[in-house]
Amino acid sequence: MASGMQEKQYTPSLLSFFVYNPTFGPREGEEEKKILFYHPSDVEKNEKIRNVGLCEAIVQFTRTFCPTKPAKSLHTQKNRQFFFEPEENFWIVMVVRNPMVEKPNKDGKPPTIEYQEEEILTMLQYLFNGTFGRAMEVGGVEQLIQKLEKFFYRYLQTLHLQSCDLLDVFGGISFFPLDKMTYLKIQSFVNRVEESLSLIKYTAFLYNDQLIWSGLEQDDMRILYKYLTTSLFPRHSEPELAGRDSPLRPEVTGNLLHYGRFLTGPTNFKDPEAKFRFPRIFVSADDGYEELHLIVYKAMSAAACFMISASVELTREFCEQLDSLVGPQLTLLASDICEQFTINRRISGTEKEPQFKFIYFNHMNLAEKSTIHMRKTASVCLTSVHPDLMKILGDINCDFARVDEDEEIIVKAMTDYWVVGKKSDQRELYVILNQKNANLIEVNEEVKRLCATQFNNIFFLD
Amino acid sequence: MSEDHYLELSESPVTFEHASSVNNVFFDEANKQVFAVRSGGATGVVVKGPDDKSSVAFRMEDKGEVKCIKFSLGNKILAVQRTSKSVDFINFIPDYPHTEFSQECKTKNASVLGFCWTNWNEVVFVTDQGIEYYQVFPDKRSLKLLKSQSINVNWFQYCPETSVILLSSTVQGNVLQPLTFRNGTMSKMSKFEIELPVVPKPAKLSLSERDVTMATIYGQLYVMYLKHHSRSANSPSAEVVLYHLPREGQCKKAHVLKLNTTGKFALNVADNLVVVHHQSSQTSLIFDIKLKEPDCAVTHQPVLPARSIAPYRIPLSGKITDSSSWSVFQPDIIISASEGYLWYLEVRLPPTVHLLQDKGKLMDFLLRRRDCKRVILSVCQQILESAERGSLPVVATVFDKLNQVYKEYLEAEQSYSQAMESGARGGNAAQKRPIRTQAVIDQSDMYTHVLSAFTEKKDVCHKFTIAVLMEYIRSLNQCQITVQHYLYELVIKTLVQHELFYMLHQFLQYHVLSDSKPLACLLLSLESTYPPAHQLSLDMLKRLSTANDEIVEVLLSKQQVLGALRFIRSVGGHDNISARKFLDAALQTGDQMLFYTVFRSFQQRNQRLRGSPVFNPGEHCEEHVAHFKKLFGEQALMKPATV
Repeated sequence: MASGMQEKQYTPSLLSFFVYNPTFGPREGEEEKKILFYHPSDVEKNEKIRNVGLCEAIVQFTRTFCPTKPAKSLHTQKNRQFFFEPEENFWIVMVVRNPMVEKPNKDGKPPTIEYQEEEILTMLQYLFNGTFGRAMEVGGVEQLIQKLEKFFYRYLQTLHLQSCDLLDVFGGISFFPLDKMTYLKIQSFVNRVEESLSLIKYTAFLYNDQLIWSGLEQDDMRILYKYLTTSLFPRHSEPELAGRDSPLRPEVTGNLLHYGRFLTGPTNFKDPEAKFRFPRIFVSADDGYEELHLIVYKAMSAAACFMISASVELTREFCEQLDSLVGPQLTLLASDICEQFTINRRISGTEKEPQFKFIYFNHMNLAEKSTIHMRKTASVCLTSVHPDLMKILGDINCDFARVDEDEEIIVKAMTDYWVVGKKSDQRELYVILNQKNANLIEVNEEVKRLCATQFNNIFFLD
Repeated sequence: MSEDHYLELSESPVTFEHASSVNNVFFDEANKQVFAVRSGGATGVVVKGPDDKSSVAFRMEDKGEVKCIKFSLGNKILAVQRTSKSVDFINFIPDYPHTEFSQECKTKNASVLGFCWTNWNEVVFVTDQGIEYYQVFPDKRSLKLLKSQSINVNWFQYCPETSVILLSSTVQGNVLQPLTFRNGTMSKMSKFEIELPVVPKPAKLSLSERDVTMATIYGQLYVMYLKHHSRSANSPSAEVVLYHLPREGQCKKAHVLKLNTTGKFALNVADNLVVVHHQSSQTSLIFDIKLKEPDCAVTHQPVLPARSIAPYRIPLSGKITDSSSWSVFQPDIIISASEGYLWYLEVRLPPTVHLLQDKGKLMDFLLRRRDCKRVILSVCQQILESAERGSLPVVATVFDKLNQVYKEYLEAEQSYSQAMESGARGGNAAQKRPIRTQAVIDQSDMYTHVLSAFTEKKDVCHKFTIAVLMEYIRSLNQCQITVQHYLYELVIKTLVQHELFYMLHQFLQYHVLSDSKPLACLLLSLESTYPPAHQLSLDMLKRLSTANDEIVEVLLSKQQVLGALRFIRSVGGHDNISARKFLDAALQTGDQMLFYTVFRSFQQRNQRLRGSPVFNPGEHCEEHVAHFKKLFGEQALMKPATV
């Protein structure tokens, strides 16, 4: 490799992002009314209108080729536009600058540009799924615009296109490994809380930012999980890590010591001025959508999300009741789980660095597992492998998406690495092996061995 | 109110001729026999026992007033005490001389307070000066003194179950000396002193025979002392003090039963409960010494509020028996001599359910009773019913208590079978097989009588139904009891009924529903309503590792012929599979290349196994061979290698 030479790299970045509805301003001169949200907001009005008009035209034009499936994206030399219609006539458009690598001219050839489209495509699904529920709140255009403004402003801040990778494509859920008995204890806890606080409609339980139990349906949980792990938890974990204003001061309810606290709602609910407003979320229900208050309550590393119908007014009394009931129990559970986890780790010996670097994803239950990612924080995603390898993973995934059959792809990467992708039924497994002189057969054997040790409890076709 | 009586008299009492001026009635606690002695025996003695075998009628000579009359074990020898100096004996063994013989007590100037049979031919005389332990030789019509012990005796009590005689000695009578008799040997147990409420001055006999009773409760011997209230000792109400008499070691004051009232009392022990009858109120209280009290382990409050014994209607006359005429005997006998009835006192469990509100305590109480199964199951049904539904923590407590008993039984059973196994090899002494009491409520009981019907109830919110099932499974797991698959099926059925598939998925993901073939098949059948069930089922079959044939079937049914082939090869079963099955499946897909591949693969197998690619006639692959030829031509077939 041309190690000494300078490489100029442009990471993918967001150029613009807008939401419009063509039916809101069908007549000439009223085009501005179509625009419900535009990022960046400081763009001149006419340019906004022009861009929206262009998108409209593209969508209309392509519709003539396939009326049922309108265009999804338009790729140009410099950027790529994604179109998404979550509901009839509502369009969300995202324009991303293509990442490119300008390689220094080596042998007199003109600079080549490599597109890394895969990474971007990936992101989208996610975003759209996330916005889907929120965009539903149609309570007058004015209100809608306000809400979009508020939501997307925040959302776009959490979007870090340059650090997206395969895991973002999957949008999976990381499940916390747990023994049966502790899991049953958590079940019992959830059932008891839901029984004594009958307002609670759904409960989700997480530990270490990993899911253990969801009372929500899978698709709703996926979105909530994304919100919790990329937005809510990181916001609260940082002060904890920093150690200032430590919230880990035990609360005393009755004679029980506990570490429970609310992550949503009033920061200090004992404050007489506190307002008992919680974020509202939308989840699918039998008859369309239902709106819910989201209460996130945490004790040490265990977090419980309680969802209550938005038609109910939440009071101080309720929060106090919840705090005194859940706080001590959750604290106890958290230490139980921690203890179990340490025991299990010691038994299985996974404390040491995993031998294999792999990413696993199951489309059926959205379970993901990665030994490549060290720790996901809000802004940076630390991976232990080179971005080029991550890009190969993205490419393999893209190939898998094109066919329904099970298949296996083995790639020899430039840097002595082997990359293996396997797809069996609904599952995908990506392995990165660093064996310089291994041949294809040896790599195949190695992957078989990995499957036998790491995935011996699932049905994985060779 | 009639439902409130938690004590009753046995339905079939022993009847006898009631006591009168010409008919004296005696009761022997050891054999539980009632003796009706007419005119000193001259006009007949009728003995009625708990069963017909122990009932006898005979005559004997009237040699004076009978003070006490008892058979030895098995009605072998009759002993009659008429004077305070001697006891008379009559053989009841066939072919032995029937004439009476007599034995005077050996101690000079002593008077016989009474006697007890400790075996069919061993008898103990208790005199005011000590103990004389004899062996009777019915054939020789004589007795031989085995042991004697000199001690001042005020009165004595005998516990036939343990062969322990308790002697009251010293002037105040409160120093008690227990003695045990077994196979011709007499051993002294450690003596103990009962704390008197008031120490009289000058000293006089203060501990009355009436206030002391021996009883075995939960297999342990206790001396129960009825401690009356006394104004001077600042004890506002009477109490019963239980002294535990271990076979070895010191006697210890173990329990205090608070009666919360004063007056005259009588004691019984029924079903390991101490029953205290209060004369003036005509009510009874029950105490369970194993029921833990929250504050202190020693004092006990009554388990239930005081109630009278259920009225007993005398047949024919229809009169209700009058409790003021009753005499109480140990452990659970009530006799009305004037009416000629002997009853056993019995505990009725159904009324206790409503009287004891704390379900955890109720379960503790019920699990220690003899005929508890039906009542316990009815309590389980009741706490799950909507009207009197218990909260989940209550349900959990009940399940935990049931499963604790269930677990102890399983463990005992297991260690028994292990001991039997090692015993069979090593020739060790056999351990006793654990007895399965009614309190052992297993999974199948719960399934049949409680859970199955509960899940079918329409008026119960499914959230509660599932929570209860999970709670039961949690409780079993906590006790490390293997959960039976029918419980899992119940969970799955309920979840599917309410279309809670994601919940089901999560349970399976955490292996809360343990793997089994029936469960995997059940999942497979859910595939049409919930597609991911297919993956879940395959995973489960894989983990079972004994279900490879099933996996092949599943894959073939999905037309994944190559997948099936690769799978069976990976588990090493390739050589034994039916070629026809795979070829049929390949044919059905209509994919010619697939058919080619599968066909060739089996030809290769044939070559490897038998040295020839040709199919055996037994494999019935003729039509497939023909089909192959038709599609690809004769020359595409693998030819047998020509030697």
